Amino acid sequence: MIRLENLTKVFDTPKGAVVAADHINMEVPSGEICILLGPSGCGKTTTLKMINRIIRPTSGKVFIDNQDTTSLDTQTLRRNIGYVIQQIGLFPNMTIEENITIVPRLLGWNAKKYKERARELMHMIALEPDAFLKRYPSELSGGQQQRIGVARALAADPPVMLMDEPFGAIDPINRAVIQDEFIKMQKELKKTIMFVSHDIDEAIKMGDRIAIFRDGHLVQYATPDELLAAPQDNFVESFLGEDRALKRLNLIKVQDVINSEVETVTQQDSMETALSRIDRSGYQHAIIMVNEQRQPTGIIPRSVAQVSKGRCHDHAQQVPAIVNINDDLRKAVSLMLANDITWLPCVDDNNQLCGHITQRAMTHHLGARFRAQSGNTAPTAPLTEE
Amino acid sequence: MEWIQYAISNIDVLITRTLEHIALVGLAVGIATLTGVPIGIAITKNERLAKNVLYLASIIVTIPSIALFGIMIPVLSIIGHGIGYVPAVIAVLLYSQLPIIRNTYTAINNVDPALREAARGIGMSQNQRLQKVEIPLAIPIIMAGVRTAVVLNIGVMAIAAYIGAGGLGTFISRGISQSDPRQLVLGAIAVSLLAVIVDYALLYLQKRLTPKGMTTLPAAD
Amino acid sequence: MPIQSMNGMLRVLLLIAAFSLGVWGHASGVIDEFLFYLPDVQFLAVEHLWLTAISGALAIIVAIPLGIVLSRPSMARWAESAMQVLNIGTTIPTLAVLALSMSLLGIGIVPAVFGLFVATLLPITRNTYTGLKGVSPALKEAAAGIGMSPAQRLMRVELPNALYVIFAGIRTALAINIGTVPLAFLIGAGGLGELIFTGIDLYDPVMMLAGAIPTAILAILVDALIALIAFVIVPRGVNPARKARA
Repeated sequence: MIRLENLTKVFDTPKGAVVAADHINMEVPSGEICILLGPSGCGKTTTLKMINRIIRPTSGKVFIDNQDTTSLDTQTLRRNIGYVIQQIGLFPNMTIEENITIVPRLLGWNAKKYKERARELMHMIALEPDAFLKRYPSELSGGQQQRIGVARALAADPPVMLMDEPFGAIDPINRAVIQDEFIKMQKELKKTIMFVSHDIDEAIKMGDRIAIFRDGHLVQYATPDELLAAPQDNFVESFLGEDRALKRLNLIKVQDVINSEVETVTQQDSMETALSRIDRSGYQHAIIMVNEQRQPTGIIPRSVAQVSKGRCHDHAQQVPAIVNINDDLRKAVSLMLANDITWLPCVDDNNQLCGHITQRAMTHHLGARFRAQSGNTAPTAPLTEE
Repeated sequence: MEWIQYAISNIDVLITRTLEHIALVGLAVGIATLTGVPIGIAITKNERLAKNVLYLASIIVTIPSIALFGIMIPVLSIIGHGIGYVPAVIAVLLYSQLPIIRNTYTAINNVDPALREAARGIGMSQNQRLQKVEIPLAIPIIMAGVRTAVVLNIGVMAIAAYIGAGGLGTFISRGISQSDPRQLVLGAIAVSLLAVIVDYALLYLQKRLTPKGMTTLPAAD
Repeated sequence: MPIQSMNGMLRVLLLIAAFSLGVWGHASGVIDEFLFYLPDVQFLAVEHLWLTAISGALAIIVAIPLGIVLSRPSMARWAESAMQVLNIGTTIPTLAVLALSMSLLGIGIVPAVFGLFVATLLPITRNTYTGLKGVSPALKEAAAGIGMSPAQRLMRVELPNALYVIFAGIRTALAINIGTVPLAFLIGAGGLGELIFTGIDLYDPVMMLAGAIPTAILAILVDALIALIAFVIVPRGVNPARKARA
């Protein structure tokens, strides 16, 4: 857990005092990633760097796991916080192994232990230890270097990590890959992470919570979905972009919007049965046909059922598209648009039909969160400042 | 401070020797520029040749000047110029090659490839590119090389007094041989001041020659 | 490759030149005269190297800590003016440095070593300072961020990354040093300059060459030695002379 209390930084410049961070209060629960987001010069980096005293706070306190860090000496504090910076900052005079074991060596681990740890870390970041440990940073690609940077920060298994635009210097394709790898790693490691970014999409993808900064103030602190659903003011709204409703599609899973009541026919049913079930359920276009395991195998369009006789099996058409209940709404919308349809059958991991999702239901869901926001008292309520 | 009185009473000798010093270094570095710059440009076309030329030039600079004089005197005495300003000028000429060739080569090689492509794109020939784009951009760096050469060789020319080349080193050599601290200190201070002043003057020139908009001054070495 | 054939031709020419030089030398008795100076050359070369070794070692011992101190952030206010002074210092010709040293300390080994020391000190201090200042701020921040103490940052990160530049300074400085040692004879310190200057005074070409050629060879050898030491000592990851594996 990281808690900031009235954390403030005032820089003395020739043009007078500049308040880079003004009484920042926030708390990141253990195991969560908090993204500090905002335009350049908003105070997000200053706030981050005050936590490990790369920048000395003018006033205010930093608590880590409820311990006031003011009492810790700077080096002890820093050795217990993983630190990743945009420029990576691998030491070019050291091999990869020396780089990632630097903190364990500073902490006095024995050689056997830290060498073992190096191999473990390399597996964690999906780089072959034998191929890389003895090489130098200049021999690696940018993406590989940044993975090593993350490994170095994780080396002594610190409970807390600070990351300053860690993936900012990597090309978009590699960045997405590294982000995914990192999310996967975090699911197991459950570090408490503060992460500076200026990229709203990265923030939504990586963050459990997002803190929006402006002119040294913390403007809004909320989960990504809350933030997109209910931006606090015009600044946040314009920062998030006019397509913020679309961005929410990434955050909502099909199972959140699914309608689990769905009529079906079996392969043995007659076409009359199909037509009567379509009419009874009020479906406009078609009905799904399933097999014995309740896996969708085809659809019977209404127009076909009206004019044909015999068993469904003989008249069924291919299912145009199916989504998994764990997919996000972005994929569902994309499938609907691509196939020119307004609903999709939904299946679970065993490919069994468990419901359907409609365009209307999605629109309603997105709107509902927005309407309910005013009275929201959910446990994830934003912890904004006064 | 006897040396100041000595300087004042011998002001005409001081001026003559200073001018002599400047003239000899100026002449030699001038010729060196005329040879070094074309060589520097020529070797940009061939990396291997460039490596060899620069290596050779750096070996020459490593040879101590007095040793170079000692080697040249017997050779030049065959044509009757063993002692005097000729070996001194040749030595300066040789020592100047490295800074001038190296800086020219680096400057031309470091011209932004995008600029070069743009020049090609608007239809400039290779010679036009060299004249209109590459050399103008390289001039400040070449100047820096010339400056290095001049400052280095003001020192070399001082030593050349021992082989009869004249210049401010004569005060030092006489000061030592006649155990005259006035001449010794005057020579040392005069030649030091000359080096420092010329260094600053050429730095000023180098800045003036830098095209507006190119603010970064590349290092001399 | 035209260059390769040029190199080959150069080698053949050199062989021919060396051979004819040998024939001429033998015929004219120059070689016998050289051999006459051999004991002198040996003695003076050792003296020559001692002067370089003592003044060079002293300069390195003083210059590197001085450069380190000047590069510390707390010295930032003084450092730039100090560098200005050092830069002016390096433009002063070495003969003038020796002459001034003599006018202060008189004749002998001590003023010679002192003069050589000053001439060697400046480039090393300057390169130590610029080398350390040139270490990327990102590296220093990373080193601080993972909890290194200031001393650890200096020893493990800053110095190793500045080492290549520092060695370049040592190389330049020792080239200046060994090139100035012959002049040290003028203020009474011995070395191979004795043969060169006496040869000039007596107009004895063989004596001149007996001093000049070993002086030149020593200078080139010392330069190569420093280059070799730098090649070995500077870590591979920050050593441009050692090609990184792709």
